[in-house]
Amino acid sequence: MNKCLERLYNGIIKENPTFVLMLGMCPTLAVTTSAINGCGMGLTTTVILVMSNLMISLLRNIIPDRVRVPAYIVIVASFVTIIQFLLEGFVPSLYDSLGIYIPLIVVNCIILGRAESYASKNPPVVSAFDGLGMGLGFTIAITILGAFRELIGAGTLFNIPVLPDSYEPVTIMILAPGAFFVLSCLIAIQNRIKRKKGVPASECSKSGCAGCSNSLCGGRHLMEAQAVADAVISEKEEAKA
Amino acid sequence: MSELLNVSSSPHVRHKDTTASIMRDVIIGLLPATVFGIWNFGLDAAMVVITAVVSCVALEAMYQHFMHKKVTICDLSAAVTGLLLALNLPSTIPLGMVIIGSFFAIIVVKQLFGGLGQNFMNPALAARCFLLISFAGRMTAFTYDGITGATPLALVKAGENVDVLSMFLGTTAGTIGETSTLAILIGAAYLLYRRVIKITIPACYIGSFAVFVLIFGGHGLDFTYLAAQLCGGGLMLGAFFMATDYVTSPATPKGKVIFGILLGCLTGLFRLFGNSAEGVSYAIIFCNLLVPIIEKYTYPTPFGYKKGGKNK
Repeated sequence: MNKCLERLYNGIIKENPTFVLMLGMCPTLAVTTSAINGCGMGLTTTVILVMSNLMISLLRNIIPDRVRVPAYIVIVASFVTIIQFLLEGFVPSLYDSLGIYIPLIVVNCIILGRAESYASKNPPVVSAFDGLGMGLGFTIAITILGAFRELIGAGTLFNIPVLPDSYEPVTIMILAPGAFFVLSCLIAIQNRIKRKKGVPASECSKSGCAGCSNSLCGGRHLMEAQAVADAVISEKEEAKA
Repeated sequence: MSELLNVSSSPHVRHKDTTASIMRDVIIGLLPATVFGIWNFGLDAAMVVITAVVSCVALEAMYQHFMHKKVTICDLSAAVTGLLLALNLPSTIPLGMVIIGSFFAIIVVKQLFGGLGQNFMNPALAARCFLLISFAGRMTAFTYDGITGATPLALVKAGENVDVLSMFLGTTAGTIGETSTLAILIGAAYLLYRRVIKITIPACYIGSFAVFVLIFGGHGLDFTYLAAQLCGGGLMLGAFFMATDYVTSPATPKGKVIFGILLGCLTGLFRLFGNSAEGVSYAIIFCNLLVPIIEKYTYPTPFGYKKGGKNK
């Protein structure tokens, strides 16, 4: 059970797919024109993420390694289709506002990323919780993003007017550039808070900076490690001489 | 130690020009258009100009102070940005929006990318486009003599007749600084005389735009139409004061020609085939983005350089 809670914490805070891993940028930037849209997109993705992680984890010993990506896509696409029909039938307004981005969840890199890096190597229950954590992290992140954009760009929050009528909405915030502005500001604030705490070098991935989630180090830890290694080598050479 | 004995790295021969002196010249060059704009639109325009300049300078000082950088407001570049921004706004715009524009120009476009010399597009124009997209209604509501009406350029696009002489003199609706072609040309002549700007970019820009309009305008060799297109909107202000910005225009001679022609064609394309009557600001910030590529391919060959290897 502890492991499951750890997975939730990992998905929501430590490796938040939007703010830390920077995955799934396409829906993040495109559908967050309002808080409702962001929340709807996030929850849809969460459901698919949990089900696909569970299914892939159950099938992880059956799927041949060489065809694993097509197999994952088939599984994900089946769930996306189911969800799409459910949305169309029961929440048509959300279905209309999300539009093409629902089928595009198939190629959302958070889902494929979790399938490849977690669900294919871990038991089903933990994988499902990993999907739940990642999905909730994604939902929270894009709901916040959508809320800010809706508040500044339309003066409303969850379609309820919150700002006085005299407020003139900044339309650019609900257009594409606004997504970049808000996302960058949110990440900047987050990095500022994290930097105060300080991130130890042990957070860094051992296999180099690609795929490392420690975005605050900026390659510094790797350079320090290399400098130490260089010093050791040159000392050895001096000893030889 | 005396200046003579002070050994430093090259360049050893220095020109007297400084950033501040060039910016001062640009401000002097913009004065005719500013004064005319204030005379034309009244006290509102003066308030917009003052707000824009003061907020730009104050924001730059605040940013540099809080980021522990050297405060460089004395080089006047922020004041020029503020003045250019004000000249690109209608006189009726609420002052709060002017401050939002200044914030976007100075903080987002200029300082976040590294300050003067590092901005990838003209801050004043970027802010104008930001405001234009954000507050489309406010930015296109032009009032002249108490009457809200379309700009001459919009009338030209709608196919109506306009008075070209009043467009040249500037007694029409429009943004604060763009209406008077005459005032802009006086300022531009001063800058050319002081050698602050070279004629290459404005000449290529206006020339290629004129050719584009003659070919695709659908009016044949109608020079009244051509003159209305040239005097209308922000073409003159953009060509002389914003396309020639040192930071965001190519430094190479060939590059300047390509840049100017590209601007002319894009402006023509936006004005004749686009939805809106005006296209100068979008054309300039779009071409600003292409400057690094233009410079890369027009880099002049150094004297004595042989193709295909190092010279002996």
